[in-house]
Amino acid sequence: MTLLFQLTFSLYLFATVVYVVHFLSQKKQVRAVARAIILTGGLLHTVYFVVRYVAAGHTPLTSNHEAVSFFAWSMTWAFLSFWWRYRVKNFGVFVAPLISLLMLIAAFSSQEMVPLPPALRSNWLPAHASIAIMANGFMALAFCGGVMYLLLEHEIKKKKFGIFYSRLPSLEALDNLNQHCLALGFLLMTMGIITGSVWAKQAWGTYWQWDPKETWSLVTWLIYAAILHQRLTMGWRRRRAAIMAIVGFGAVLFTLWGVTYLLGGVHSYVG
Amino acid sequence: MLAESIVIIGVNHKTAPVAVREKLAFSGDCAGPLLTLMNIEGCQECCFLSTCNRVEVIFVASDPAAAAVAVRGFLFAKSGLADAEAQQYSYLYQGREAVDHLYHVATSLDSMVVGEPQILGQLKQAYREALEQKTTGVILNRLLHKSFSVAKRVRTETNIGGSAVSISYAAVQLAKKILGNLQDKSVLLVGAGEMAELAAEHLVRQGIGRVIVANRTLERAALLARRFNGTAVGLAELTTQLAEVDILVSSTGATDLILTKDQVKPLMRQRKNRPLFLIDIAVPRDLDPELNELDNVYLYDIDDLKNVVDVNKVEREKEALRAEGIVAEEVAKFWQWLEGMELSPTITAIRQKADAIREAEVAKTLSNLKSLSESERRSVEMLANAIVNKLLHEPMVFLKNGGPGDNSRTKLALVRQLFGLDKEY
Repeated sequence: MTLLFQLTFSLYLFATVVYVVHFLSQKKQVRAVARAIILTGGLLHTVYFVVRYVAAGHTPLTSNHEAVSFFAWSMTWAFLSFWWRYRVKNFGVFVAPLISLLMLIAAFSSQEMVPLPPALRSNWLPAHASIAIMANGFMALAFCGGVMYLLLEHEIKKKKFGIFYSRLPSLEALDNLNQHCLALGFLLMTMGIITGSVWAKQAWGTYWQWDPKETWSLVTWLIYAAILHQRLTMGWRRRRAAIMAIVGFGAVLFTLWGVTYLLGGVHSYVG
Repeated sequence: MLAESIVIIGVNHKTAPVAVREKLAFSGDCAGPLLTLMNIEGCQECCFLSTCNRVEVIFVASDPAAAAVAVRGFLFAKSGLADAEAQQYSYLYQGREAVDHLYHVATSLDSMVVGEPQILGQLKQAYREALEQKTTGVILNRLLHKSFSVAKRVRTETNIGGSAVSISYAAVQLAKKILGNLQDKSVLLVGAGEMAELAAEHLVRQGIGRVIVANRTLERAALLARRFNGTAVGLAELTTQLAEVDILVSSTGATDLILTKDQVKPLMRQRKNRPLFLIDIAVPRDLDPELNELDNVYLYDIDDLKNVVDVNKVEREKEALRAEGIVAEEVAKFWQWLEGMELSPTITAIRQKADAIREAEVAKTLSNLKSLSESERRSVEMLANAIVNKLLHEPMVFLKNGGPGDNSRTKLALVRQLFGLDKEY
């Protein structure tokens, strides 16, 4: 099982390297190779989860390792899902390193399987945890899009065309990507909070108990709600939207780790 | 002397501000102006060129000085300016200078953006109209044809066209980088210069959704708008339109800024921060350079675009220098032809050609007939001499008997062609 994880991880790393080579050379064949590798990585990653599910006897989303690994999995598949309708030029070279980074963090966390406390055994576990983390996957893509936007915009504003001008898609396309990811991510995030709250009622008897994780999830949710609201009403588009996607992702990361390690609470993984 | 009878009088972006140029206001076809010009006394040939940045009359007259005053009077008729003022705003080139100037115009070395391809088409169109009205003759026909081939030579032998085409290409690429798909976007042209037209043409070819033209004189705006299937508005509507459009191409001849940061800032809120791509191709600038500091506003002036296109400025200047070299060479060639277009040089040239042929042929024949005596040889020489002289007699009489004026020039051209005196006709 560890081998399976390591194989997946190295595939993502390899995809990152090939994407960088493609970014610099802009050769189509190289991109095809990178896509094949990341697709294989995504499939292996899925197998890894199934194997782990069977071994643990419950949805493997209860330790930091599992959560972060699933985060990477969501990002991969969210990215791959874009192939159907929504191609973004040279997106991979920004996404693949982030996936690899998440996998690196997962690799360094304890991979031990811990038995689930009886209170948490519920069908709401897979629903809540997976939806909440998939939301993060889309927010991570919005973050990548935001970074790309700022890099390209910088070159256009400064009137010095460097490595990004010819390689990145138009600002318009990146802004659309931003909206697309935020909208989907926000929908999933809302569902994640609702399912979590229902589950909390079942497990602890109350919908909301101001546990730090809950509080921070709410803060993150409010940040994204504000971004989307401003975008639709005040025209917070483009540059500001890109910056906000980056800020919002900071909140996501804090909710994921900052809370666990700094503040504690019921969401601190059992491990 | 014939060569000095070629004259160009004109007004362009260098000599007159747009306010003056607009007052000259020639629009539509050239038939009217051409006929008026031909009625000027002593005017033998003429061609009339009118574009956004220039109005020029190229003519050949028996009394250039007198005709020049009349032509200038015609050019400035609608402006209400006195001749002294008109002289100040216009230029007059005569003889070799005129040839040189026309070649500069045709090769776009005289254009606002050196290397822009529009002007050659406009010059060709002007010539076509002159041909239709039959206002050109031997001199202008050759001069204009030559100017086209010089322009073609410059275009193929130097990379001068590269930078202008690539400037508007770069502008369109930038527009796409900023705005993505152009189909649902619109462009506002402010002022109507050649570069603006070129940029608009590129944008239209790339499928831009809507073209709006704003100009001080609505008439001119309407003219350009019609070309791109767009709408025309007055300059007063600038800010209203700016709240709607995605691209603005500014090329007015205004001496002051026509748009400042403070004017656009509130508009961005109204636009809900939809990005705005501003292209300033006017010299001096139309748009406040500080506009670039606004969020989602991207301002590029002509120098920015040039820098983006090729960082190597030295290279560009070198191309222009090479083009100048070609022009100088071609002016010299034309001048040589023009000087030959007189009676006595033509007679001399015919004589020389005939003598050369006679000598060569006699030498060839005699070298084959070595057995001939001295007196027989002399007879052969005399025979050849007599044939040449008798053959040339009638053409010479035909040439010399012409009266003054255009008729004799046509005759000269005909005879020169008949004897093949100008190799590359």
